Amino acid sequence: MLSKRIIPCLDVKDGRTVKGVNFVDLKDAGDPVELAWQYAQQGADELVFLDITATHERRGTTIEMVKSVARQLNIPFTIGGGITTIADAEALLNSGADKISINSAAVRNPKLIEDLAKAFGVQFVVVAVDTKLVDGKNMVHLNGGRLITELETEDWILKAESLGAGEILLTSMDHDGTKNGFDCSLLDKVARSINIPVIASGGAGKVEHFTEVFLETGVDAALAASVFHFGEIPIPYLKSELKKHNIPVRL
Amino acid sequence: MIGIVNYGAGNIFSLTSALERLDIPFGMVNTEADLDKYTHIIIPGVGHAGAAMSKLEQTGLVAPIKALKKPVLGICVGMQLLTEHSEEGNADMMNIVPVKTRLFDKNQGIKIPHMGWNNINHKNNSLFEGVENLTQFYFVHSYFIEYNPTFDIATANYGKPFSAAVQKDNFYGVQFHPEKSGIAGERLLKNFSNLKQ
Repeated sequence: MLSKRIIPCLDVKDGRTVKGVNFVDLKDAGDPVELAWQYAQQGADELVFLDITATHERRGTTIEMVKSVARQLNIPFTIGGGITTIADAEALLNSGADKISINSAAVRNPKLIEDLAKAFGVQFVVVAVDTKLVDGKNMVHLNGGRLITELETEDWILKAESLGAGEILLTSMDHDGTKNGFDCSLLDKVARSINIPVIASGGAGKVEHFTEVFLETGVDAALAASVFHFGEIPIPYLKSELKKHNIPVRL
Repeated sequence: MIGIVNYGAGNIFSLTSALERLDIPFGMVNTEADLDKYTHIIIPGVGHAGAAMSKLEQTGLVAPIKALKKPVLGICVGMQLLTEHSEEGNADMMNIVPVKTRLFDKNQGIKIPHMGWNNINHKNNSLFEGVENLTQFYFVHSYFIEYNPTFDIATANYGKPFSAAVQKDNFYGVQFHPEKSGIAGERLLKNFSNLKQ
């Protein structure tokens, strides 16, 4: 049976791991390569690296960091941040990244999804969506939640799927950093509306939040950062708790 | 020493990194003559099977690969190249293992791609020596190899049973990515490198 995946997310800036509370107030939580290796040992199913400075400072992601990670890691990983062209993506693929995640670039140029899927296969293309509730509607936001778009989240996700996204990473900006739990109602609606895997993100604070998101929604994976980085939730313990609820996990 | 068929189908950095971690020596196969330099051959592959087959054909390596008597391992799309035909691009493959590569059926209520860790039921083939049955491996694919008891050496289930690994004579194929499948995947690569000629 296919396991539900637990994905630590490492936000990186200047080659170091950081995690903001609601994307401001950055805290340093270590060296990404070493942290990645530790997570693999602990039983993380996959890792996501997001270069959070890449979009607004227009910096490309560090190929060297990706290579170092690929040399040491025996589980898959995704890299996102600052990818706007086929060439950016190809360089990351050739450096050992299993998937790339695009966010703002896809909103600004939806054809990028199609082009990437054609060039490298849908399995390589994760479309990350940051969503925030505005006047009762879930709206897509860019630049770490700073910029609202005219796109309604559910419509955009359907479009991304039809263009060739292989997976959706959905972050609720209202929940992110609050540690009050995932946005289960939106996640479930989205997971039911599309036929590609969905990664839940934003709001994980305790083990029960993971149990809840897997029991109450159709998501395939759950992503979190600070609860893992600061050791608040050890991954082996998390997985053993999920298993008690008959949620399929890799132990 | 392992020879990796270098035909331009996707990323091999992760594979070579895994072999380096395991201290398994390897080199690249670009020409027919290169095939003689190695004791074991790996055919990697990600992306589109039809496109991968075209690229492999352009290297002129199809006939020499089919004639090999040494252990050959196809990984993911590399495995699909061993089959008779793929629905991806409606393309003829090398037809070393007479089974078909088919698209998962979304009407079965499954998400496509099949992405993540799934357990396999293996048949104690030497490729899986030291790997506990029902161990999970990392899969990411939209097309699968139909189950055929003659060639199946490991089965996984997604909507219905499919072949996670096949063997015909000296030709082996795995649908999952051993280079991304933790310790079990590394063990499988080691086992392959130890297979007798």
